[in-house]
Amino acid sequence: MNIVVLVKQVPDSGADRNLRTDDNTVDRGSANNVINEMDEYAIEEALKIKEAHGGEVTILTMGPGQATESIRKALSMGPDKAVHVLDDALAGSCSVTTAKVLGAALGQLNADLVLCGAESTDGRVQVLPHMIAERLGVAALTGARKLTVDGGTLTIERQTEEGYEVVTAETPAVVSVWDTINEPRYPSFKGIMAAKKKPVQTLALGDLGVAPAEVGRAGATSAVLEHSKRPPRSSGTKVTDEGAGGTQLVEFLATEKFV
Amino acid sequence: MSEVLVVVEATREFGVKKVTLEMLTLARSLGTPSAVVLGGPGAAEALSAKLGEYGAAKIYAAESAEIDGYLVAPKATVLAELVARVQPAAVLLASAQEGKEIAARLAVKLDNGILTDVVGLDADGTATQVVFAGSTIVKSKVTRGLPLVTVRPNSITPEPAAATPAVEQLTVSVPAADKLARVVNRVAEQKGSRPELTEASVVVSGGRGVGTADNFKLVEELADLLGGAVGASRAAVDSGYYPHQFQVGQTGKTVSPQLYIALGISGAIQHRAGMQTSKTIVAVNKDGEAPIFELADFGVVGDLFKVVPQTAEEIRKRR
Repeated sequence: MNIVVLVKQVPDSGADRNLRTDDNTVDRGSANNVINEMDEYAIEEALKIKEAHGGEVTILTMGPGQATESIRKALSMGPDKAVHVLDDALAGSCSVTTAKVLGAALGQLNADLVLCGAESTDGRVQVLPHMIAERLGVAALTGARKLTVDGGTLTIERQTEEGYEVVTAETPAVVSVWDTINEPRYPSFKGIMAAKKKPVQTLALGDLGVAPAEVGRAGATSAVLEHSKRPPRSSGTKVTDEGAGGTQLVEFLATEKFV
Repeated sequence: MSEVLVVVEATREFGVKKVTLEMLTLARSLGTPSAVVLGGPGAAEALSAKLGEYGAAKIYAAESAEIDGYLVAPKATVLAELVARVQPAAVLLASAQEGKEIAARLAVKLDNGILTDVVGLDADGTATQVVFAGSTIVKSKVTRGLPLVTVRPNSITPEPAAATPAVEQLTVSVPAADKLARVVNRVAEQKGSRPELTEASVVVSGGRGVGTADNFKLVEELADLLGGAVGASRAAVDSGYYPHQFQVGQTGKTVSPQLYIALGISGAIQHRAGMQTSKTIVAVNKDGEAPIFELADFGVVGDLFKVVPQTAEEIRKRR
């Protein structure tokens, strides 16, 4: 099975993150940039499928030059090769135009299965898998906590508010996964060394037949007008339980009219 | 006034979710709300009274077993046709799994911008979003097409405004291209009578400090006394104490209740990402240095196995 895994480089969600003051885009320059955590689960799932059914795993990333670090990190887990969509005109792209670009790149990769994380930790927008499927005219199985592959038939379980759904489709398809689906492997030393030699192909907009005016800030379908830091919460009363902590807690709840 | 389409979020037993009432309330400040019911047969009739109570002037109903039998694609097609016909001032959907998925497809079909997790929307289409773990407030706007936004639950106070909606049945024909992802089974899980996590006005969450799955009964007991939902930190979920669908934080749900009680939760940034826009935060933790206390309006440094039973007992006493 020819599997493509979408990988996004994001600012580390464990540290302070900011929007830039000049153009309101994510500040990637000052941040510690890492692989979107959810994408590691997609990579793991791809590798498991390859191990069970054979095939090839390709990483696909759209992002600035520094995203190369995340591509090498992804490759160190075990995928065979990577494609990096890299073009200065892409800066500031919205989700709709990102789907257009990734859709164009996927059009050249002939994937049976496109795997991705259900959302990225920076935008948490969750729309890309369905946008790409809609563009490519293929099935989208989204929010998987379990994926089974039987020949060309894919079946997922996805959590809903009321229980879960079992959804099935034939390849080609886009499948997005949550972090409940598996436990991603750590790259081995051997994997890290091997990743340095794995092929990374760079594609520019011209290679994809997409005009610069259609993407980036120029082609964005939405814009951030302004942003501000939310005032940090201040801590209130802190008491140490000396036998009446629960009672004191209820007294607080009572003054706030919760009980 | 022009129509504002509100895509109804309801349970499978035809209960209107609170976020739908929030969207109808919001829609009234932008135009005349029309509710759009996309679901199985009988949905619109079952939902119409409640939708009218909150100001739906009209209900568009696309009901068929077929629309319900495939993952979201048929719903997006019906909605795209409706948008093309009525040219609404805005389209609102719930910022939940399905709402976002329908909106995603609609955005591509219409080549239209999309804004998700919106907590406020002005008449000129300027939306407010809270991003980066609740640390940053963003004002944004769709710059191509109409305002297509998904609204985060618990963002707006629902206000009734009686209307008597006329129901218009839409013709549903599902093209082959929308039949690629087939729902073969839906399994309902017992939830009891607790409110839904993202919509609850009180959330009581447990973390690693709760210690075992069995001890979560303590969290549940307090939640039930306060009429709240139960949440869990990632540490508690990863340890198998509580199911993943109740996880609050970066890789789980974002909640914004009136009252959030954190029990045995240290307050790592990944957890704070999911709860720090809560109105009032209370924490119980044995570690007085735990970061959760930095955002708690009231904190108790102590053993939750002593503090929580006493809290429950005291609440009962005051009734």
